[in-house]
Amino acid sequence: MVGKSLISINDYSKEEYLRILDLTAEFEKKPSQNLLHGYVVATLFFEPSTRTRLSFESAVNRLGGKILGFADANVTSVTKGETLHDTIKMVQNYCDLIVIRHPLEGSARYASEVASVPVINAGDGANQHPTQTLLDMYSIKKTQNTLDDLNIFFVGDLKYGRTVHSLLMAMSKFRTTFNFISPDELKMPNEYKLYLDSLGLKYYEHKDFTDIISHADIIYMTRVQKERFSDPIEYEKVKNAYILRNNMLENTKDTVKILHPLPRVNEINEDVDENKKAYYFIQALNGVYTRMAIITSILGLK
Amino acid sequence: MKEKKQLVVSAIKDGTVIDHIPARLLFNVINILGLAKIDNQITFGTNLESKKLGKKAIIKLSEVFFRKDDLDRIALVAPQAKINVIRDYEVVEKKVVEVPDHIEGIAKCVNPACITNNESVRTKFEVVSKQPVSLKCHYCEKITDIDNLVMISHK
Repeated sequence: MVGKSLISINDYSKEEYLRILDLTAEFEKKPSQNLLHGYVVATLFFEPSTRTRLSFESAVNRLGGKILGFADANVTSVTKGETLHDTIKMVQNYCDLIVIRHPLEGSARYASEVASVPVINAGDGANQHPTQTLLDMYSIKKTQNTLDDLNIFFVGDLKYGRTVHSLLMAMSKFRTTFNFISPDELKMPNEYKLYLDSLGLKYYEHKDFTDIISHADIIYMTRVQKERFSDPIEYEKVKNAYILRNNMLENTKDTVKILHPLPRVNEINEDVDENKKAYYFIQALNGVYTRMAIITSILGLK
Repeated sequence: MKEKKQLVVSAIKDGTVIDHIPARLLFNVINILGLAKIDNQITFGTNLESKKLGKKAIIKLSEVFFRKDDLDRIALVAPQAKINVIRDYEVVEKKVVEVPDHIEGIAKCVNPACITNNESVRTKFEVVSKQPVSLKCHYCEKITDIDNLVMISHK
């Protein structure tokens, strides 16, 4: 894993995932370790993503490293017409590792081919966001003590949801049962269902929350966005069907946890926040430890 | 007296013959090879009788010899085609076109948000299905299938 860029969740093997998750647990126990002393990490955010950027910067700071970069492409030479190629060729001279967020899909892969230093993809358009997937996996493993034989429910926009697709691919390496709850317009794309078929993994599709959520070990919520619907009337019909409320959790397992990549709008009612089954804010904290594990692994410091 | 075999499309001295093109794909093959832009002598016939294909087309290219890249292009649109290399009116080599496992710099990615459609990045695909052709972009990971396959113009 040393020197190996992390671009797509499909780049890492099951063993590599597990190694990262073990390291994440170590960092959670001991969050301040001066392993990055003397190292410089560049965070290149060609589109704003405050949450992801702060999480990476927190991880680097806790490790004692230095950060340079930008939070918005409007303050860079990109506005003068500089290509991604040239920006990367310049920045690689100033750092040991590049973290990149870019609106174009495939941009992070391309950056990793151009750069002389390793690259971490912090989101390339609708394509991949592998550090989110790893922190989701860590949250699952930590709360369930295993990644095998779990029943995972994905709720909301399963058609466009990047985090959902990546987590599905990652969890398909374990003995997972999937349940998909979504409106017709936002169903899980066929290619993912065919992939699960090819692995012999079970999945079930539902149009709404029913008693079946009593079987859930993990409920992974996503936002149903109005602009995804071709027909606004369809949106009005379904918009309240995918909101999780506290009273719906009464008959669920004691160990079930609710995850959400954040930011949430209204898809998880605020009355859920106080429930011990709500896990989304701790999930965000896990992101810092996960990124510490990924950065130190790639730099060969752990 | 021995019956003389009549050639519908006249023979060439040196060059390449692309035979067994399904007739409806003739112009696709012409386009992907950029044949409209070359100065060599080209003869072609279409809607010719074929036991295998029903109606086939044939292209004869004088003084043209293909590179692998050209064969890959043909394979993507007409994998049934047969290539004969001609020297002094004789077939000296038969080439089979085969859809390769990876292709580079030939096809465009269907995804407008892909980096390859926004910066000068050479396209790369993994061939995830050969019949019908389906390509997975090395960069954005989206699938380009035969129905929305666009070739990068030749030369």
